[in-house]
Amino acid sequence: MLECSNLKKVYLNKTAVEDISLTLEKGRIYALLGPNGSGKTTFMKMISGLVKPTHGTIEYEGMPIGVQSKKDIAYMSTEPFFYSFMTVESVGKYYKDFFEDFDEDKYVKLIGEMELNMKDKVNKLSSGMSAKLKIAATMARNAKLYLLDEPLNGIDIIAREKIITTILNAASDDSTIVISTHLVDELEAVIDSVVFIKDGKSVIYGDAEQIREQRGKSIVELYKEIYG
Amino acid sequence: MEFDNNIPIYVQVINMIKKDIIQGKLPMGAKLPSTRELAVQYHINPNTAGRIYKEMEMQNICYTKRGLGTFVTEDSEVFKAMKEDMAEDLVNSFIKEMKDLGFSKEDLLSVVSVEYDKES
Repeated sequence: MLECSNLKKVYLNKTAVEDISLTLEKGRIYALLGPNGSGKTTFMKMISGLVKPTHGTIEYEGMPIGVQSKKDIAYMSTEPFFYSFMTVESVGKYYKDFFEDFDEDKYVKLIGEMELNMKDKVNKLSSGMSAKLKIAATMARNAKLYLLDEPLNGIDIIAREKIITTILNAASDDSTIVISTHLVDELEAVIDSVVFIKDGKSVIYGDAEQIREQRGKSIVELYKEIYG
Repeated sequence: MEFDNNIPIYVQVINMIKKDIIQGKLPMGAKLPSTRELAVQYHINPNTAGRIYKEMEMQNICYTKRGLGTFVTEDSEVFKAMKEDMAEDLVNSFIKEMKDLGFSKEDLLSVVSVEYDKES
């Protein structure tokens, strides 16, 4: 569904992404792995159309990134992206105005599952709660491709389990999910493909089970080997 | 869900389901969760969940009724064989570990006998 070749992004004198080439297939869950500063966020921003590549191409369903791809791709950034005066309820309204595929019923259901309250003010939420809100708002879209940047970062273990459940519930044969993380342990069983990014390059990429079999190692062990 | 990184995840989940069947938590003929429910329940990838049922079907542990879902076998022979297989695996790995510790057959049997009585 999405193909990138030789992606590169240079900011003034800093290279954020050096060379990433990969194909995302429908119905799969990908882990985008790499330590902080390896280029994961810049890569996701390029796919979602927020950052223009310096070099290389991205094709979504055979077309360049543009109006259609932005409709179909749901990107969740690491930064909180709500105004402080908003409530959980108005975040839903705000999203509905922005995205055609936003499903209000699904949002209400997810907010309930995350044990959030519609009347809660966004700026009063703890960091764990606002992480759950971000996930609920993003996953309430019926998108074709979800890009989740560090959805498990800085969140307690109970909330993590909830987020993983939500992600698995959203997974279907029609949707593709990319999760960037450096918490590999948590996702080892959840993913079916991995992309290891090191210094802005995709170093290993493929089916998780195949990689485990070929190398005789779990993804966690491989992570330690590549970045250790 | 905690998984052992050295054993494929689908194998670990199959073993957990087999254990549930043997213990009667999943009775013979019972309907199993859908692949999606299985994925959510064990926090595993949906494609892995699909593979689990495929493998279990190949081993005749379960079968699929088109449009209705996947069910635990009603064949008592399969059930018996599954129980024996699991027991054999456990015993074999136990024997191997005990041999590594230098236990003879007699020592091993007497240790088992003493410990078993303590437990019950």
